[in-house]
Amino acid sequence: MPFTDEQLERYSRHIILKEIGVKGQKKLMNGSVLIIGAGGLGAPAAMYLAAAGVGRIGIADADVVDLSNLQRQIIHTTADLGKPKVESAAETMKAINPEVEVETYHEFLTSSNILDIVKKYDFVLDGTDNFPAKFLINDACVMADKPFSHAGILRFKGQLMTIIPHQTPCYRCVFKTMPPKDAIPSCKEAGVVGAMAGVIGSLQALEAVKFLTGAGELLTGKLLTFDALNNKFHTIVLPPRGEGCDVCSDHPKITELIDYEQPVCSLK
Amino acid sequence: MRIQVSGETKEVKDGITISELIQEEKVETPEYVSVSVNEEFIQKSDFDTLSLKEGDRVEFLYFMGGGR
Ligand SMILES: [Zn+2]
Repeated sequence: MPFTDEQLERYSRHIILKEIGVKGQKKLMNGSVLIIGAGGLGAPAAMYLAAAGVGRIGIADADVVDLSNLQRQIIHTTADLGKPKVESAAETMKAINPEVEVETYHEFLTSSNILDIVKKYDFVLDGTDNFPAKFLINDACVMADKPFSHAGILRFKGQLMTIIPHQTPCYRCVFKTMPPKDAIPSCKEAGVVGAMAGVIGSLQALEAVKFLTGAGELLTGKLLTFDALNNKFHTIVLPPRGEGCDVCSDHPKITELIDYEQPVCSLK
Repeated sequence: MRIQVSGETKEVKDGITISELIQEEKVETPEYVSVSVNEEFIQKSDFDTLSLKEGDRVEFLYFMGGGR
């Protein structure tokens, strides 16, 4: 189907880019992204992907909007306090761009439901705040062969990597296994500067756009770190995929999903 | 000798081990940091014994769990 005049205008700044153009914009409109966590990282990502005209966006979060969220979760407003985050997020996304289809999952993703949900999308974005969820998302995406963006933020720092399962290193290739509870400071205990969520969540949205349109090079095989206090972006080249990895090697030890107990960071 | 730590050139003593470098760099939560040298992961059991060489490229990879 050709673009309407309104679409040509709405997406004109994409269409003019040689890396996106009409073809790339069509790919975005035919594409789908699942955002897990409607919080600090998920908020800017969801807003930019809705604005970009990604055809179908899923958003999963079991929480309701809390006053302490509003310092960084810019998809929610003061009027949304007490509302399920997925509902508030969907309203903002629809307000930005009524053309996008938003699917909400007001539930925790666990070993029993995550695979079915992940399979319905082209790309997954991890915007969660705890290690059990990050390992679960990694393992589920590896098992379902679903490309995804992993990210984490803390204080004035953030980092992210993109994973094409069985082709590029996964989260577990780098971080092996869950750290014990309370071993690593959480955002709730240690704090996080609100705009850091905006920086890293927006970089995740860019990865989704690049994946869907084929523009440029994905952030695979690399961990990009950002330290705002000393203005440093640094790219760490990762060792090759799979060697000794419990989930993505050719003979994985982990063949079933694990629900680890005790979130490390239960940021409210 | 000179090595690269997190992309920056540093002067360190000859034959410094990973454990010594972790101390010198004041690495946070050192028990849970992943270390790569010249784009290869180093086993934790080798941190005390593996001596770095001139020009080695060392990276510390940290767990970062926040996001919401
Ligand atoms: Zn792996």
